[in-house]
Amino acid sequence: MLSPRSLRQRSQLLQAIRSFFLNRDYIEVDTPIRLPVLLPEAHIQPFTSDGWFLQTSPELCMKMLLAGGCEQIFQLCHCFRKEECGHHHQTEFTMLEWYHRGWDYVDLMEECEDFFNTLAGKVSGLDGVNRKGEIFYKGRTISLEKPWSRLSLRDAFRNFSDISVEQAIAEDQFEEILVEEIEPHLGWERPVFLYDYPIQLASLAKVKQDTPDLAERFELYIGGLELANGFSELVDAEVQRERFAQEMMTIRRLGRDARMPEHFLQSLEGLGDTAGIALGVDRMSMLLQGKEKLTDILPMDVRFM
Amino acid sequence: MFSASDLRKGLKIQIDGEPYIITDFQFSKPGKGQALYRTKMRNMITGNQFTNTYRSNDKFEKPDLEERTMQFLYAQDAEYHFMDTTSYEQRFLSKEQLGDNLSYLVDNMEVQVLFFGERPIDVSLPTFVNLEVTTAEPWVKGDTSGTDTKPVTVETGFQLQVPPFVEQGDKIQIDTRTGTYMTRVKE
Repeated sequence: MLSPRSLRQRSQLLQAIRSFFLNRDYIEVDTPIRLPVLLPEAHIQPFTSDGWFLQTSPELCMKMLLAGGCEQIFQLCHCFRKEECGHHHQTEFTMLEWYHRGWDYVDLMEECEDFFNTLAGKVSGLDGVNRKGEIFYKGRTISLEKPWSRLSLRDAFRNFSDISVEQAIAEDQFEEILVEEIEPHLGWERPVFLYDYPIQLASLAKVKQDTPDLAERFELYIGGLELANGFSELVDAEVQRERFAQEMMTIRRLGRDARMPEHFLQSLEGLGDTAGIALGVDRMSMLLQGKEKLTDILPMDVRFM
Repeated sequence: MFSASDLRKGLKIQIDGEPYIITDFQFSKPGKGQALYRTKMRNMITGNQFTNTYRSNDKFEKPDLEERTMQFLYAQDAEYHFMDTTSYEQRFLSKEQLGDNLSYLVDNMEVQVLFFGERPIDVSLPTFVNLEVTTAEPWVKGDTSGTDTKPVTVETGFQLQVPPFVEQGDKIQIDTRTGTYMTRVKE
C-alpha cells in the first residue's frame, strides 16, 4: 500500500496529465474496458471475461471515435495483459493514450517532449525530479531539455550490436539483442526516440513513404526504460486487414484464437491521417517518483492480498 | 513441468538432474515483441550461479523436493543446526544456504527445511515472524520533516523502515517475503 504522501504525488500526476491535454483542446474519453473483440496482436495475450475480453489497450475504441468525427482525444484507463509480470510489468496497469488527427509520428514526438517537461515542471515535490527539472534515476541525472535525441532502429543496431536489424529478425534474435545490447544504452543524457520499425513489427502503423519495408513507429526511452509507443496510424482498411491476417496466423500458431475485428475495419474508412501514442503511466510515475520497481508506486500490491 | 511464465524469484526448478533456485528475475517485452525471461539462478547443491534468457515456450522440470518441519536450535562456526520435530534427528545448513533467511531466524523458530534426496538444501520461513526491536531512535512528537517512516534494527541485526511510533523493546511483525513491517505486536 502506498503512503498518503506517495498517493498524493500520484494524484497530482494524474491531474497534471489531464490539464495538459485539456489545455490543448483534447477531449477526455472513457470507452468500455470489457469488449467482445480485440485488435489481434501476436504477442499480447488478453484475459477473457465471461466470453468477452478485458482490453489490452483502448486503441480499437479510440480509433472508432476518431473515425466518427473526433479530432483530438485522450484516455487514462486500466489495461490488462496476461502473463506480463515483473519489475516493469504488471498484468493490470494504467495506460495513457492520445490521438491527434492531421498529425504524423514526428508531431507526436514533439508533443511528448512538451508533455514530460510540463509534468516535471508543474508537479512539485516529485522524488525523482530535481530543482532544475531533470530526472534522477539509478544514480544518474537525465535532462529533459528539448530537443530529445532521435535514433533510427537501424542505426541503434549498427551502433550497439554486431548484426543488423534485418539479420536479427531473420535469425529470430531481435528481442534478445534489443533488450540485452541496445535498450540499456538508451536515454541516459536525454530521452531518446527510437524510430522507424520494420513493417512486421508494426502491424497498426503506416508504411513510411519511399521505404516500404519500414513503418512510421517510434518508442520513447528514458534511462533504458521503454515508456511510450507511438505511430502514424495505418488507415488503409485493406492493408490493415492483411496485417491482421498475418497476426492471426501467428496467434493460431501459438495455440490461441482471434477473430477479425470487422466493425473496426469498416470504420477505418472514416479515419484520415492520424497519429496516436500509448504511454505507460505507472512506469512514468515510477521514474518521476524516483523508484525502480512498479510495485513501489502502485496504490495496492495485489500479490499479497 | 513449469513453463517460462511461471518463473519468479524463489521458484525451484530442475536442470540436468540438479535443483536450482531463481535468485533474480527480469521480465522484458520490448514493444509488442515476444516476452523474454532473463533469469539468474543458483545451483542449490553446489551454490554456483548462472544467468540465462528464456522465452515463453521454454519448459522446466520440477525438482523432487521434500519438506520437513524442523526447529532452529543454534548456530556454530557458520553451521546452523535444526532438529526434526517428529524424528528429533538433527541436521545443519550452511550460512550460504540460508542466505537472506538469516535476517529473520531466531532460536526455537519452526521452519520448513527442504530436502533433495537426503540433503538439506534450503529453508522456508513462516510468512510472518515477530521480532523484537533492539535499536530505535525515539520519536520526537511534532516532527514535521514529512518523513513517515524511520529505520530500526531487530534482534537478528536486520534493519527495516517502520512507522515513527515503534520504540525499542517493541515486538513487530515482519513479512519475510518482502522484509517489510506489517504491524506492532501486543504481548
